[in-house]
Amino acid sequence: MLELKSISKTFNPGTINEKKALRELSLHLKPGDFVTVIGGNGAGKSTMLNAVAGVWPVDSGSIIIDGIDITGQPEHKRAAYIGRVFQDPMMGTAPNMQLEENLALALRRGKSRGLRWGVTSAEREEYRERLKGLGLGLEDRLTAKVGLLSGGQRQAVTLLMASLQKPKLLLLDEHTAALDPSTAAKVLELSDKIVQENNLTTLMITHNMKDAINHGNRLIMMNEGKIILDVEGEEKKKLTKRDLMDKFAEIAGSQIESDQILLS
Amino acid sequence: MNTALTLAALSLPNLISRMPGGIAQGIIWGIMALGVYITFRLLDIADLSVDGSFATGGAVTVMLILAGYPAYVAVIAAVIAGILAGLVTGLLHTKLGIPAILAGILTQFALYSINLHIMGMAANKPVNPDTYSLIVSMRSVPHAIIMGGIIAAAIIALLYWYFGTEQGSAIRATGSNPAMSRAQGININNMKLIGLALSNGMVALAGGLMTQYQGFADINMGRGAIVIGLAAVIIGEVLCDAIFRKGCNFSIRLLFVTLGGVVYYIVMVIILWLRLDPNDLKLFTALIVAVFLAVPYIRAQSKSSFKLAGKRSKKENSHAGT
Repeated sequence: MLELKSISKTFNPGTINEKKALRELSLHLKPGDFVTVIGGNGAGKSTMLNAVAGVWPVDSGSIIIDGIDITGQPEHKRAAYIGRVFQDPMMGTAPNMQLEENLALALRRGKSRGLRWGVTSAEREEYRERLKGLGLGLEDRLTAKVGLLSGGQRQAVTLLMASLQKPKLLLLDEHTAALDPSTAAKVLELSDKIVQENNLTTLMITHNMKDAINHGNRLIMMNEGKIILDVEGEEKKKLTKRDLMDKFAEIAGSQIESDQILLS
Repeated sequence: MNTALTLAALSLPNLISRMPGGIAQGIIWGIMALGVYITFRLLDIADLSVDGSFATGGAVTVMLILAGYPAYVAVIAAVIAGILAGLVTGLLHTKLGIPAILAGILTQFALYSINLHIMGMAANKPVNPDTYSLIVSMRSVPHAIIMGGIIAAAIIALLYWYFGTEQGSAIRATGSNPAMSRAQGININNMKLIGLALSNGMVALAGGLMTQYQGFADINMGRGAIVIGLAAVIIGEVLCDAIFRKGCNFSIRLLFVTLGGVVYYIVMVIILWLRLDPNDLKLFTALIVAVFLAVPYIRAQSKSSFKLAGKRSKKENSHAGT
């Protein structure tokens, strides 16, 4: 479903701040794969997701989604295939617009936007049903401005928006990191539900190793812009936090000392 | 002594007789303010090109009327000229990466020369309402108020419809959250272009109407238009929120932005009636805008400021001490 063919990205090339963020990274996702991504700060996790989403062009390599080469497409074109949820709960929704308007914007992802009504009454019913599924009581607040919702609610809405127009690929960039533990657990549970119901191919970055082990069918670990560990299926199910720590130490060597991954 | 004399010279009938003229001009500035509202509030861009495009609208209108075209044709041409001006600002911003506020200043600056060229290198071009048939004119203020009102109402209805469509929603999303808009597949550069073009088209329309109303186009007629437009937007919004509270929806808001222009002009009429120096008008306008822009901030500050927190803390500590 997603194929990354040795993509590279260097930020600030030729300057003192040069950072090789991705080094000939390759990855292949089968349809329905739910991959969790872990790695220390600066390992290139978010860079990889941003490369796929098209926040900027890659320096070399190809990005292919469902057989379509999207390497040369700008962010708003690729959005037709990709649903995204960001780390910052404020980032995924338009605060000055109503809840139903936000959902309507998401329903038209990848479609041309003409002079038809922005929200139709038939859609409203669907939104109400979908919001009911979130179990947050939002189905009665369709016309509320999204800026009035809490961070957790906004993140749940963003998840719903990402899946409203079924994407070929769902990108979750540490989408629970800014939430309190109980809200984070709820949003994560919701993510699982939405991924399973829609059978979405998913990449999820997390700093929480327990979450990385418990969710998805495949786990990759990144370091210095490369994938250094890739386990799936039965092997992944048997993984423990200890294994991950050991593997990280073994492959990454001494770098681990300075790394936040130790703390989680 | 001096003030007593001045006050004695003030007559209420005089003020009342000046009101209709103020209202007529206020409506025209209100239409201009609707253009400013699109960029300032919906796109979150302070577009300074309007100072230029207002005069462009006036220049195009006056030249076409003098060339024998019907007034409405002249105004339509003015709108097109305004749209082009907006596109220039938009392209400078989106294609060349110039910050929006600077792009607007550059367009406004360039338009001064262009407007002079349009007016045949004359700084001022009169159009006689006796010779030409005009849409609005100060010769007949009630007619001007009615025509201005009809045009404003039509524009409000059009804007209400447009910003409810898929494309209009995409423009609003672009102003509200650009990152989210891109993620939802919206080409935000195109949305900014459309918004800026639409805004400047309306500003030029207002310029075309103002030219007809006052009977001339002037190279400086748009100077400070952005400030007057902002004043109208802010006054309108404050009034709308005060009167309707949470019921101040999009259509009422647009109506009040137009009314904001009228209120602004009535205030100006009163200031002139008070025999204050017209040269100080810009100072007053700037003060009004500054005050209204500051009100939401100060209101928030009064609820949560370090000073207050410090006072509360001291109070609590002294209580604890006793």
